[in-house]
Amino acid sequence: MKSILALTVNGRRREDLVPDNMLLIDYLREVAGLTGTKQGCDGGECGACTVLVDDRPRLACSTLAHQAAGKRVETVEGLSRSGRMSALQQAFHEKLGTQCGFCTPGMIMAAEALLRKNPDPDRDEIRAALAGNLCRCTGYVKIVESVEAAKGVAP
Amino acid sequence: MNLLPDFRTLRPATAAEAAAALAGAGARPLAGGTDLLPNLRRGLGEPAVLVDLSALPDFTAVAVLADGGLLIGAGATLEDLAAHPTVRNDFPVLAQAALGVAGPTHRAAATLGGNLCQDTRCIFYNQSEWWREGNGWCLKLKGDKCHVVAKSDRCYATYHGDVAPALMVLDAAIDIAGPAATRTVPVAELFAEKGDRHLTLEPGEFVAAIRVPPPSGWRSGYEKARIRDAVDFPLAGIAVALRRDGDILAGLRVAVTGTNSAPLTVAVPDLVGRPWDRESAARLADAVRKTSLVLKTTVMGAKYRRRVAQGLATRLAATLWAAG
Ligand SMILES: Cc1cc2nc3c(=O)[nH]c(=O)nc-3n(C[C@H](O)[C@H](O)[C@H](O)COP(=O)(O)OP(=O)(O)OC[C@H]3O[C@@H](n4cnc5c(N)ncnc54)[C@H](O)[C@@H]3O)c2cc1C
Ligand code: FES
Ligand code: FES
Repeated sequence: MKSILALTVNGRRREDLVPDNMLLIDYLREVAGLTGTKQGCDGGECGACTVLVDDRPRLACSTLAHQAAGKRVETVEGLSRSGRMSALQQAFHEKLGTQCGFCTPGMIMAAEALLRKNPDPDRDEIRAALAGNLCRCTGYVKIVESVEAAKGVAP
Repeated sequence: MNLLPDFRTLRPATAAEAAAALAGAGARPLAGGTDLLPNLRRGLGEPAVLVDLSALPDFTAVAVLADGGLLIGAGATLEDLAAHPTVRNDFPVLAQAALGVAGPTHRAAATLGGNLCQDTRCIFYNQSEWWREGNGWCLKLKGDKCHVVAKSDRCYATYHGDVAPALMVLDAAIDIAGPAATRTVPVAELFAEKGDRHLTLEPGEFVAAIRVPPPSGWRSGYEKARIRDAVDFPLAGIAVALRRDGDILAGLRVAVTGTNSAPLTVAVPDLVGRPWDRESAARLADAVRKTSLVLKTTVMGAKYRRRVAQGLATRLAATLWAAG
């Protein structure tokens, strides 16, 4: 069973014929061609697939594409402006918040959700907001530093 | 991971339409999807239709009533609930339990109704399809034996929801909508102590709203033990509501989760009407021990879970008592 899904992805309105049982992550990666969003555990455990739906973080592997109907979905590809990284992306780059990079799109989107809600989070608030995002490389210290470096800097 | 089964998705706009859709063969409610969708990816269920409840009117609202009580739509997210000023001030047990569920991204999507109605769990069930097949399936799904209790004729999968015990000690009730008129039942009556059929909902029924009476002098709290503080289900969770009148314990309600196939109220009649002291703590620990039936359903051993349930209960009651 397929039906029309109308939504906004990274600021652009889209309409696609999408199976009722398609996950949001498969829609983003395979239909919309946005492979920045990563599939890690594929079962709601790791946060690698985090995207924003109406400004809130959401696990794309545990969401049906049709659950995003009529909503604004944002992926890591939507953060850069005219080819320039956002302040948050730049901070992850400069502060070494990314190593292998697999967790990075999910980390950045979870951090982006935090900064939109709370532009001046302290260390504990940053750690709490990223608590569901696993990283096997950095040991998290550099990730928290990256978010701290980005706060207060214009996007 | 399996592909998702080939279900249809419906998004009814009224409760009557939702009830009609849910009464159909193979239909299941879908709320945030944080429990249901990962489970379906493991082949735990093959629904023909998912009924997305998110478009129902007033489904996500958290309303403070004139008498100080709450009327919470079953679609309210745990993030909203945990952040709500009245919930945090007057019903701390509810805010703490909601905040203790999973991780922040789960909570932004996870709903109260989905949290209450989440599936029971077991180390022999929350596994991939090929793992379960290799193990000869089990009583909860497709099989005829229980690997937790050999020769058992019932399933012992455990209920690990955090929020149900919090609502139970607040004496909350649930509005259940369905094909017939909406009925309101105490939270405990939503559950049955059966691992493979732990909800008492009839076909077509769903949780529409939760009613919490005014706090009237009760203080409350929730504590859970888990492997990683950031994301995990409770190995055991304890909710306590307590009323103190000078040096006398005037009221005590305790509920436990993560130990049995349903969240359970712990009966504590001989504790009220006297001060809280070491003797009370020993009696409460004993009552928790008698209520819970912890079996080897999680990776963590049962002995630890039994002891930690008792420890959490006595510590939490003592803390609430001491709070003045
Ligand atoms: C990594 C991870 C960690 C987790 N940790 C915890 C934890 O610590 N504590 C905890 O309690 N849970 C935990 N969960 C489970 C889950 O995230 C929560 O229970 C969540 O609140 C479920 O809500 P939902 O809206 O996403 O439900 P859904 O997944 O949409 O639904 C869950 C079940 O309830 C049914 N349902 C949904 N809404 C209704 C309704 N209104 N009426 C009747 N039936 C309904 C569905 O059919 C389904 O069977 C965890 C999940 C993951 C993936
Ligand atoms: S891929 Fe979604 S949480 Fe791991
Ligand atoms: S950078 Fe490798 S998993 Fe985080």
